[in-house]
Amino acid sequence: MPVDETLATYSDWLYRSALGVYLFAILLYAVEQAFARAPRKAEALVGAGAPIPGLVEDQPKRDVSKPERIGRMGAALTVLGALLHLASLVMRGLSAGRAPWGNMYEYMSLLCLAAVVTWIVLMAKFPIRRLGAFVLTPILVLLFLGGTVLYASSAPVQPALRSYWLVIHVSVISISSGVLLIPGVTSILYLLKDSKSDRFPKLPSADVLDRMSYRTTVLAFPLFTAGIICGAIWAEAAWGRFWGWDPKETVAFVSWVVYAAYLHARATAGWRGRGAAWINVVGFALNVFNLFFINLVTTGLHSYAGL
Amino acid sequence: MIAFLRNTWRGLTSMRTALTLLFLLALAAMPGALLPQLSLNAAKVDEYVAQHGWWGDLLLKLGFFEVYATPWFAAIYLLLFTSLVGCLLPRTWEYFKQMRAKPVLTPRNLSRMPHHAQAVLDVTPEEAVGRAKKAMRGWRMDAGEGTVSAERGYLRETGNLIFHFALLGLLVSFALGKMFSYEGQVIVQANGGQFCNGGVFNYDSFRPGLRVDGTDLTPFCVEIGKFSAEYLENGQPVGYQADIRYQSGDDLAANTWRPYTLQVNHPLRTGGDRLYLLGHGYTPTFTVTFPNGEKRTQGIQWLPSDQRTLASEGATKFDPPGVTDSEQRRKNQIAVTGLLAPTPFLHGNILNSKFPALNNPMVAVDVYRGDLGVDDGRGQSIFSIDMKMVEQGRLQKVARKNLALGEEIALDDGTKVRFDSVSDWVSLQVSHDPTQGYVLAFAILIILGLGVSLTVKRRRVWVRATPQEDGRTLVEVGGLARTDQAGYGEEFTRLARAVLNEEKS
Repeated sequence: MPVDETLATYSDWLYRSALGVYLFAILLYAVEQAFARAPRKAEALVGAGAPIPGLVEDQPKRDVSKPERIGRMGAALTVLGALLHLASLVMRGLSAGRAPWGNMYEYMSLLCLAAVVTWIVLMAKFPIRRLGAFVLTPILVLLFLGGTVLYASSAPVQPALRSYWLVIHVSVISISSGVLLIPGVTSILYLLKDSKSDRFPKLPSADVLDRMSYRTTVLAFPLFTAGIICGAIWAEAAWGRFWGWDPKETVAFVSWVVYAAYLHARATAGWRGRGAAWINVVGFALNVFNLFFINLVTTGLHSYAGL
Repeated sequence: MIAFLRNTWRGLTSMRTALTLLFLLALAAMPGALLPQLSLNAAKVDEYVAQHGWWGDLLLKLGFFEVYATPWFAAIYLLLFTSLVGCLLPRTWEYFKQMRAKPVLTPRNLSRMPHHAQAVLDVTPEEAVGRAKKAMRGWRMDAGEGTVSAERGYLRETGNLIFHFALLGLLVSFALGKMFSYEGQVIVQANGGQFCNGGVFNYDSFRPGLRVDGTDLTPFCVEIGKFSAEYLENGQPVGYQADIRYQSGDDLAANTWRPYTLQVNHPLRTGGDRLYLLGHGYTPTFTVTFPNGEKRTQGIQWLPSDQRTLASEGATKFDPPGVTDSEQRRKNQIAVTGLLAPTPFLHGNILNSKFPALNNPMVAVDVYRGDLGVDDGRGQSIFSIDMKMVEQGRLQKVARKNLALGEEIALDDGTKVRFDSVSDWVSLQVSHDPTQGYVLAFAILIILGLGVSLTVKRRRVWVRATPQEDGRTLVEVGGLARTDQAGYGEEFTRLARAVLNEEKS
């Protein structure tokens, strides 16, 4: 099936605009973080109990300060960026006539979109909007690397990837990895906040950060598990065995064990809090390692030859 | 002694130990991704060991090149699973006890609960309790004098236990699979080549499980018909397929052949075995006309040396016909070696391939004559000649030429070598794993158990109605989530509202 070059070009443009919009959003978030007052106790305590959607609007009316208004603009831009990002993926898929996650560039794009969407949902649930700069920056770096170093033009995929399992396995893994990026970042922030409470007065309370990390991980972990199992089912059909300790499989297994350890650590005396947060950060680091090192440096069945 | 055993057991089954073992497992699995592994690529292991001197030898001795088969790796996961069993057994016991138990009594002071609400209502205590019961339909309830205690979310523990037991089941099935599974690879010529799973000797390579001795392989036969491949303009393959016929089970006796299209991602599943199409390459056919006029035609697979263009290298070996004296025969053996280009690309006289599909293929051949060394008892690769024979002068290069289809090359003694045609070969893999169905079933249970245990919350609600002096009733509602508080607030607010609603319902 021939590639529709026009759509592919549109997709690239949308990708770049999404990046630009994210960058702008980061700046706005940063302004809010820099100039807003530290959150008051009451605000920090609302946490998960706050009525669900709508950003801050649901809380009793009070004067909205200028930095806060800028932060809201950042949030709105994030949503806009996510829409452009989504459109770019859809165009990519239409242009190649397949699911738009067949090479590393596309995989990263989907992963980052999942992370951004998770962030938008979390912003609606927790009073953490001003952390946007911390969360979006690693995402933007990934997107930038994806769009430059790892870029691959729209094309059909090799025979082994021609399977409906490409649609299932890769999307589930990519989305769950994207979701897991968020608790990675919030756990780092937790460690900062928890180290010397008064050194980072503008971060949300350690409790909110911890709860956010946990709830996001709990959502992504079953998804990640399902993704690995889908991969095993596909490997059985494509490579002749469902598990063969291919480097990618191994690192996925290792990070699965690490996230399992995270969940157990949260229920173990002496490991709650900092211990658990460290484990989550290790899991995050493993995911990044799996994404770059295993795909690009080691040779295995998952190597993206020619990206 | 008993105290020691008991303490060891307690230590082993504690969460802290389990956590440590989880870390160890993660740590121990990592080298398998970073170092070359024997099971994946033995040649790379040799190279690594050769390059790293004593360090490589040490790693080799400690089993770092076969991490998942080492005693230390096994020790970690066996300890972990023992710890798991030790944790699961009491929990299961507890679980069944709890399934029959009533929700706990209403605590004296409900305002100490993490969630609490209260109101004074114009109802009798009985009415208040009735309303509470109605609001908590679907909860497990126990009503006392003016109080209701309710609990919900027992599924969490159910899911949790299912998850962990499924994990155990998966490990056991996996281990059994490693004992009774086997895997073999073989190259078969397209357009009529046959393969029967009759014994190990039919394979080019065979990897048996620990309890597989090579007898009792599932009997089935395949015959490879036409092979076809499709490529993009840049040479990237789009798809491969081989039309095959196969027979297994009763079909073998009845000699019935069934058709199948073998493709990547679409293995043939028959008789409990799977047959995969792994790869393909080309078989050039050469005809040698000997000085006495006798002809010998032979086609043997050459090995792709460049996966992108399928330029292939190999050696097609001939014995002189009608020579009974082995001494004489060994002086006149012929080998046609060189490069096959499916789509030729000539740079001066140097042949290369520019595309993987067959398009007026050409070969650049070196013809050797002499002693091939195939009779000396040692094995030799079918893809190359024994270069020692060349070094010792017992095998001599007698001609070199580029040949298009139908062209021939004449040797000094009148022998002629003609390049006749090119056909396809396919490389197949047969896999047998009797337990993989169980592994899949346990894997699905793992996802289900995990999903349930991470989404359902175990939570409690208590209601107490106390009559006031003015004839009204103080109704208190208290709530407690037993595992994770997050997200319980919304549900509690809804419940409390239903119980404390002023309007008569």
